[in-house]
Amino acid sequence: MNFDDNVDEAAFRAKVRSWLDDNAPKKLLPYLEKASFATLDLGDYDANAEAKAWRKKKFDAGWACLAWPKEYGGQAVSPIERVIWGQEEGAYAALGGLFTIGEGMCGPTVMAYADEAQKTRYLPKLASGEEIWCQLFSEPGSGSDLAGLRTKAEPDGGDWLINGQKIWTSGAHYSDFGILITRTDANVAKHQGLTMFFLDMKSPGIDIRPIKQANGQSGFNEVYFNDVRIPDAQRLGAVGEGWKVALTTLMNERMSIGGSMPTGVPEMLELASTLQLETGPAIEDRALREKLADWHCRANGLKYTSARLTSALSRGDTPGPEASIGKLVAGPMMQEIAMAALDLQDLSGMMVDPAEAALSARLQAILLRSPATRVEGGTDEILRNIIAERVLGLPGDIRADKGLAFKDIPTGR
Amino acid sequence: MNFEFSEDQVLLKEMVRKVLDDQCSSREVRTVLEGESPHDSALWSQLCALGLPGTAVDPAYGGAGAGYLELCVVAEELGRALAPVPFSSSVFLAVEAIKLAASESQRAEWLPDLASGAKLGTLAAWEQVGPLRPASVTMRVDGGLLTGQKMLVADGDTADQVIVLANDEMGSSLYHVQLAHKGVSRTTAATIDPSRNFATLRFTSVPAQRLGSGGNGWQLLNELLDRAAVLTAFEQIGGAQAALDMATNYAQERFAFGRQIGSFQAIKHMLADMYVDLELARSNCYYGAWALSTGAAELPLAAATCRVSATQAYQHCAKNNIQTHGGMGFTWEFDCHLHYRRSNLLALTLGGPAVWKDKLVSRLVTNNAA
Repeated sequence: MNFDDNVDEAAFRAKVRSWLDDNAPKKLLPYLEKASFATLDLGDYDANAEAKAWRKKKFDAGWACLAWPKEYGGQAVSPIERVIWGQEEGAYAALGGLFTIGEGMCGPTVMAYADEAQKTRYLPKLASGEEIWCQLFSEPGSGSDLAGLRTKAEPDGGDWLINGQKIWTSGAHYSDFGILITRTDANVAKHQGLTMFFLDMKSPGIDIRPIKQANGQSGFNEVYFNDVRIPDAQRLGAVGEGWKVALTTLMNERMSIGGSMPTGVPEMLELASTLQLETGPAIEDRALREKLADWHCRANGLKYTSARLTSALSRGDTPGPEASIGKLVAGPMMQEIAMAALDLQDLSGMMVDPAEAALSARLQAILLRSPATRVEGGTDEILRNIIAERVLGLPGDIRADKGLAFKDIPTGR
Repeated sequence: MNFEFSEDQVLLKEMVRKVLDDQCSSREVRTVLEGESPHDSALWSQLCALGLPGTAVDPAYGGAGAGYLELCVVAEELGRALAPVPFSSSVFLAVEAIKLAASESQRAEWLPDLASGAKLGTLAAWEQVGPLRPASVTMRVDGGLLTGQKMLVADGDTADQVIVLANDEMGSSLYHVQLAHKGVSRTTAATIDPSRNFATLRFTSVPAQRLGSGGNGWQLLNELLDRAAVLTAFEQIGGAQAALDMATNYAQERFAFGRQIGSFQAIKHMLADMYVDLELARSNCYYGAWALSTGAAELPLAAATCRVSATQAYQHCAKNNIQTHGGMGFTWEFDCHLHYRRSNLLALTLGGPAVWKDKLVSRLVTNNAA
C-alpha cells in the first residue's frame, strides 16, 4: 500500500510537469488560486478568451481531450494518466469550465452516434476549444425524471421542427452547438418516444435567456425553441432511441474522479483558528471541536476514497456508481459548514463584501451556492437511490407511470 | 498509485474469513454471550494454530514476520464475525505495548508466548468512571511492587500478563505484570456486550517490571492507543459491513404493503447513508493502515481520524440494522443486537468518541501549523 507512481506513471507525471512549467499561464495563477466559489474571475483579463487560449495551447501540444481517440483530436491516454494530468494541472483546471460539458458529454455522444464526416467536422474543433458545446436536457417540468421531458420534435420535409423549452443549460449563450433531447412520440411509454439531435445554437427560432439564480449569479440559461429547424442528418441514433443515447451521455458525466470537491473544511479550520470567543479561541470550544472532527473525518474519507478509486483506475478497473458518494457527502457538508461558520462570526456573519467579511466572504459564497450543489447533476435523493439500487442491489422504486403512454401520464399544473 | 491491499493480503483475508465462516457463526458468539466461558477456546486455538496472534511479530520472537497491513485484514474479519476471542487485548494491546516500549531482553522473554497464543496479554489503564487522565491514575509501584485496582480490563479473567499504567518515582510509567501471583484477584465485569470478557483486577504487592526508563508512561500509552485505534477501526468496519449486509438482505426478503421493504425510499436512503458512512470509514482506515505500516509522521492524526470515523460507521450501521428489521430486530433471537452491543462496546474500549474527537482536532491543528 503506497501513494507512489509506478514507473510509467512517474514518467508521465514528469512529462506533464515539465510541459506545464514551460507553458501554463502563470500570470493568471493569483486569480485562479483565490477564485471564489463557482465563478471564474480573472480581474482585467477576459475569462473566456484566456480559457480558449489555454485550451488551444494544450490542444496543439497534445494535452486536450486526453481520453478521446487520436483521430478526433484526443490522445487516447489511460484513465490513470488523466488523473495525473488533473493533479498536475491543479488550479489551471479552473480555466477548463467552458469545455467540460463538450468534452465529457457532448463529444462522446457525437462520437458514438454521428456519421464519420460529422465526427471529423465537429470533434477536433470541440477538442481544440474553437467551438463550444452545450447539453440541452433538463426542462422546467423534468429534472430528476428526465424522461418526462416535453420539448417536441415533429418531422417536416427532411427536417424536424422543434418547439419547447430547456432549462439549466450551462453556457448556452456562448455555445456554438448543442445536443438536444426531444419527444417525438407521445403515444408510447415515456422512455420510448424520445429522439436525440445536435444543432447549431445560432439556428433561427432559438431564444436564450440567462436565469438569475437564487444566489444572485447567472451561470445557467433557459433556452426556448420556436419552430427551430434541424436537418434529419443531425439526428443522433434512431427515432425513438433517444433515451439510450442520453444514457451514453450521462454515463460519461461521472468521470470526475481524482478531482476533489470543495468541502469548506480548510476555510472553517482557518476561521476557527483565528476567531476569538469569550472563552478563548474558537478552536478550543468543545462543541465546535466535535463538529470539526466530524467534518474532518468526512473530508478525509472523501480524499482517500478518491485515492482508492484512482488505484482502481491504475489497476485498469472502471469504477462504478460508488463514485457518486463524493457529491452526496460534500454538498450537504459544505452547507452545514457554511451555516456553522456564519454562526461563529455572529452578527458579522451576514456580510458578503469580500473587503469586509472574514476570509474574503468565501463562506458566505458557499452558503448561498451550496443548495445548488445538492441538486445539480443528480439530487441528494437521486444519488441515494443510485447507491441503494446499483451498489446495494435493492429493488427499483414502484413507478406510477409504468407502461402508460406519455400523453396519459398524470402531471401537475 | 496503489492505495489498496496486495494480493497476498487479500488471500490472507479470505483464508481468515473461511475459518471464521466455518467456526464462528452467531451460534458460537451466543455461546459466549449467554454462557459462563470468557471466550471461545476452540476458536482461539484454531486462530493460534494458524499463527495469527504473531502476524505482526518479528520471526526472531516467534512471529510470522508479516506487517500491520496483514494484521489489519485479520482484524477486519474478526470484527465481521464478532469473534469472541481475546485477540485484540493480547495482540493490539499487549504485543504492541511490548514492541513499543520493552527492552530487547523483555521482548525475548514475553513476545514468543504471546505470538504463539500460548499466553494471553492485555492492558490495564482506567481506574475511575470518566475519561482517562493523568490525575485519575492512582495505582503505584514502590520497590518494584504494584498495588491498586484497574477497572474493565479486556479479557482480564483469562490474561496471563498485563501492561499496567502506574505512577512511580519517575512519574507515570508502563509496567509488565505476570498475573499468576497470589496478590492478584479478579472480578468479572457485567457489560453491554457479554460476548467479550472484561474484569476488574486488584493488585496487592505484585512484582512488576518497568517498560523503558520510566516517566513517559502517559506518552507511551497514547502511542499504544494510536496503534490499537487503527487495528480496532478495522475490526469496527468489519462489523459495520456485516450489519449493513444483514440490513440489505432483510430489506430484500421482507415484504410489507405488497412489496419488498427495500423498494421504499425511506429504507433505501437509510441504507445508502449507512453505505456512505462505511465507505468513508473504510477509506480513513486504509489511510490509518498506511500511516501505521510506514510509521508516517501523521499517524496520530490518521489514527484518531479512523478511530472516530469507524466508530461512527459501526454504530450507525448497527443501530439502523435493527431499525430495518423493525420489531424482529429487537428480539433476542435475531442477531441484530450482537452488532448493536459490539459496536457500542468497541466505541468505548480505547476511550470514547468524545475523547478521540478532541485528540483529532488537537492533532489537526498541530499538523496544520507544521
